[in-house]
Formats: sequence, C-alpha cells, structure tokens
Amino acid sequence: MYLNCPFCGHRHLEEFTYEGDATISWPTLDSQDIGSWTDTVYQRRNPAGPHREYWQHVHGCRQFLIVERDTTTHSIHKVEVAGPWAGETAPRNTEAKQ
Amino acid sequence: MHFSALSLARQALKGHRGWTRTWRALEQPKSHYDVIVVGGGGHGLATAYYLAKEHGITNVAVIEKGWIGGGNVGRNTTIVRSNYLLPQNNRFYEWGMKLWEGMSRDLNYNVMFSQRGVLNLAHSPAQLEGYMRRGNSMRINGIDAELLDRDQVARMVPGMDVSDKARFPVAGGLLQPRGGSARHDAVAWGYARGADSLGVDIIENCEVQGFLFEGDRIVGVDTVKGPVRAGKVGVAVAGNSSRVLAKAGFERLPIESHVLQAFVSEPLKPLIDTVVTFGAGHLYISQSDKGGLVFGGDLDGYNSYAQRGNLPIVQDVASMAVTLFPNLSRLRLLRHWGGVMDMSMDGSPIIDKSPKEGLYINAGWCYGGFKATPASGWCFAHTIARDEPHDLNAAFRLDRFRTGRTLDEKGAGPVPRLH
Ligand SMILES: Cc1cc2nc3c(=O)[nH]c(=O)nc-3n(C[C@H](O)[C@H](O)[C@H](O)COP(=O)(O)OP(=O)(O)OC[C@H]3O[C@@H](n4cnc5c(N)ncnc54)[C@H](O)[C@@H]3O)c2cc1C
Ligand SMILES: [Zn+2]
Repeated sequence: MYLNCPFCGHRHLEEFTYEGDATISWPTLDSQDIGSWTDTVYQRRNPAGPHREYWQHVHGCRQFLIVERDTTTHSIHKVEVAGPWAGETAPRNTEAKQ
Repeated sequence: MHFSALSLARQALKGHRGWTRTWRALEQPKSHYDVIVVGGGGHGLATAYYLAKEHGITNVAVIEKGWIGGGNVGRNTTIVRSNYLLPQNNRFYEWGMKLWEGMSRDLNYNVMFSQRGVLNLAHSPAQLEGYMRRGNSMRINGIDAELLDRDQVARMVPGMDVSDKARFPVAGGLLQPRGGSARHDAVAWGYARGADSLGVDIIENCEVQGFLFEGDRIVGVDTVKGPVRAGKVGVAVAGNSSRVLAKAGFERLPIESHVLQAFVSEPLKPLIDTVVTFGAGHLYISQSDKGGLVFGGDLDGYNSYAQRGNLPIVQDVASMAVTLFPNLSRLRLLRHWGGVMDMSMDGSPIIDKSPKEGLYINAGWCYGGFKATPASGWCFAHTIARDEPHDLNAAFRLDRFRTGRTLDEKGAGPVPRLH
C-alpha cells in the first residue's frame, strides 16, 4: 500500500502510522454527557467499504492526513491534509499506484 | 460413526473407503428453529453443540455464509493458553482450558490438543517483574504458571539466541506448562459433528442478509435461501460483527475489524517443541506436527475486511523470528494468509444479551479467540438458553464501555490496533 502525501508524494505504508476513524465527532470538553463521550471514545461504525481515517506521515513531513480508503480492497480514493492547513493543498488521488 | 482404534483398523483393512460424512449435508434450512446461530466458525459451532448437550435445545440451526472452517477458525496459529492478568479473563480462559483438556474425548474426535507449554519471553528485569505479577495472578486463580530465569529458558528452547549479544537479550520468561496448541480444523469439524449428531442443522453457503422483526423483537433471519424464523438468534460472526449487526440496527459497536497475518515455513526436523513468544516486539512461534514453523505477530494496523495483509508485517515478523532463532535465516516461507479480526476497544470479548429482545451477541475476540472456542460456546449457549450471562461471562457485557467496566488486559487504552 502506498499513500500519496500532499507534501511528500507517493510514499510506502511503512512511513505512516494509522490513527483511526476520522468521522467521529467530539463533545465539547466540558460536556458531562456520558453517552456522547462513550460514542466518541468507544463506538465505531467500522464500515466494509469506503472509510475516512487519519494517518500521520511520521517518517516524513509528520503531517496528519485524512485518507479515504476502501476497507475491502485497500485501494485509496483520496488523501487530504488535516488540521489548520486543510484546503491549502489539493487532495491527492492514488489510483495509479497501490 | 464412532471413532476408535478399532474403527481405524477396520477402515485400514478396507482401504479407508468406508468413512462416511462427518455431518449431514443440508441444502435448505427448515422454516423455524428454537435457536439460530449465525456464523459457523468455532464459536458458532461450539455454541450449537453446548445448546444441545448442556441445555437440551436441539432444534437449532447454524447458518454459515461460506463453508465450515473457512473463517478464522481455520486461519489462526492455534495457540491455546489461559495466562491472563485480570481475574475475569483468567477464570473464563481457564474454564476453556479445562474444556480443551477433555475435548477430544467429549467429542469423540481427535483435535490433537498438545499441551506443549506456552513460554512468554522477557527481555528486561522490569518485564520479568511484570510477568511475575501476571504469574501470581494466575496462581491465585489456580492456574499453572512458572517463572523461568535465562538458563532455564536456554535449556528449554535450545535453538534460541539467549546470549548477551542479542539485540534484546533474554532475561527469563513466564511459562504456562498446560498451554499449547491444537488442530484448528479438527476443532471446527469435531464441534460440527458433535452438534449434528445431537440434531443441530448446519447450513453452509447461506449468508444472513438481514433480520426479521416483530415490533422491536428479533424473530428470525433473512438469508440467501429465504427467511428462517426462530425464537432466539445468536450472532457469532467474528470479524464481520459490525457488518452483520448493522442489519439488526446497531449503527456502531465498540469494535474495529483488522487484518492479522499468519505464516508457515517449509517443513523442518523437530526444532521447537513448545510455543515461544518474543517479548521485545510481537512474535509467537511453534512447530506443527508436519514440521512447518507456524508464526505470526502484530496486526497490519488499519481497519480492514480484506483477508490479506501488506508486506511490512511480513518483514517485521520474519526479522523477529530470525532475531530469536538465527538458524532460521535461510528458511523459506511456504504459505501465508490473513484473517479479519473483531478487535474490541479494550481487547476483551463480548458475550451478552443485546438490547434487542431475541438477539444475543458473541464478538470482540481480537486475536485470542481460538483458545476461547470451547468456553465461548459454553457461555454463549448458557446466555442464550437461560436468557442471562453465566458468572464466567458476566464481565463480558456490551455496555461495559459506558459503565466504565472495561477489561483492558494490557492497559493499552481504547485503540483496537494496540490490543
Ligand atoms: C492469522 C490469525 C492468527 C490467530 N492466532 C490465534 C491464536 O494463536 N490463538 C487464538 O486463541 N486465537 C487466534 N486467532 C483468533 C481466532 O482465530 C479468532 O478469534 C476466532 O477463530 C474467532 O471465532 P470463530 O472461530 O467463530 O470465527 P470464524 O471462523 O471467523 O467464524 C465466523 C463465521 O461467520 C461467518 N459469517 C460472517 N458473516 C456472515 C453472514 N452474514 N451470514 C452467515 N455467516 C457469516 C463467516 O463466514 C465465518 O465462518 C487468530 C486469528 C488469525 C486470523
Ligand atoms: Zn508527508
């Protein structure tokens, strides 16, 4: 598996670490609602098919990325930048190289 | 057909042509059962067997998407142990160990359970102290555990590098002498045969595609072979738990599906007569009766429903094997494959009634579910038959994440890939 990092280009899986589901939403930090904290911390949709997920390019630019990947085929549909720089670089597509 | 030395001799004289099918080949399910078990892996089959044997519920169907033994029960590295730290896990897995010890006789089917010992290596005094704590916790619960120093380890596993020159020198280890391995396919086949002979219907090639509801109550399943009604439905589909339970209305569960790979080398003369785990990384290795080294390591580490992994893990696992056993460096791999694990958020399983009436859940086995097969089936059968968990699985509740009663054996936190 290769990820096309918007900053560094096509890099091998070994350079990245996986950080899980990118679709979970967080309650406000002072929220006392146990239900929504439980959802955030423990409950996952775990879909078979397209999955939006965080990866960090630890052995590269160290940026957090949001990747859309198919969990049944491992093919990558899209790689975007997460955090304050999101939107400043165009999403990358990795169809050509798996 | 009863298996014995005599039946074997008789068949040998007849050129082994007289063996009959091990369980009935049923194409079509009946229209109604008392209990349907979804998933014909080890857990589903054991559940059906114990429902019939322990609770007299014989109008049962096991409904399997593919074929018996095609899931994780036929893909694992077959390590059986009960060397846990937390008493809830300890007691459950030890009950499993006792069932393993009587399994071949109980099923009249040789599952080749071999108590060759499971040795966890420690690579620092601190790690050895951690093992001491776990060993004491085991002994308090009546489980066998022995702490070995480096020399004892060296005598027990001669081919291993225990020198000071090793990258992670061996400091000692924790041994569970009663641990070992078993023939995984035989476990599936033995339970299938046992359940079938007590009247359970096993339907293969019959994917469950949805559930039948009456109001909020679940009253059966929808399959590729049509609807089948039931008083109760138990789901034991391992890596596919989220996928199947989504159809019953569970949008989210405390589970992620991950891929785990396993490896078998070309056959060798006897080299390793126990199960060894490397403690400075993640590797478990044993030798099969055919001579192949059977080993595995970490998950690939990302959500996956593909029963295949990627190359970094192959390299990682192989390099750990060579670190530990330098004499393996020129060995070739014969086969390797992957399986889809139902990784739970705390690394411990779920055997429980569900909030939906008529539906029972068995999931979250991570990569330790093979050893759990008998105890899981036994407890799940109890939970379904009596409509309440047994003491042994009372801690494996689905709502423990909300109530704060998680069972995080390693203290790794809510990150499935770390368990
Ligand atoms: C590589 C590898 C190594 C492992 N090593 C060990 C080990 O050394 N020790 C250990 O204790 N554990 C180990 N495990 C874990 C263990 O194999 C699993 O936890 C355990 O087998 C899961 O339970 P099961 O046998 O019921 O699963 P499975 O055999 O996977 O059974 C689930 C069944 O459900 C069926 N199913 C899915 N969806 C549907 C549907 N919609 N309708 C009908 N049926 C459906 C599947 O086809 C499958 O047959 C390992 C796993 C893997 C992959
Ligand atoms: Zn980068």
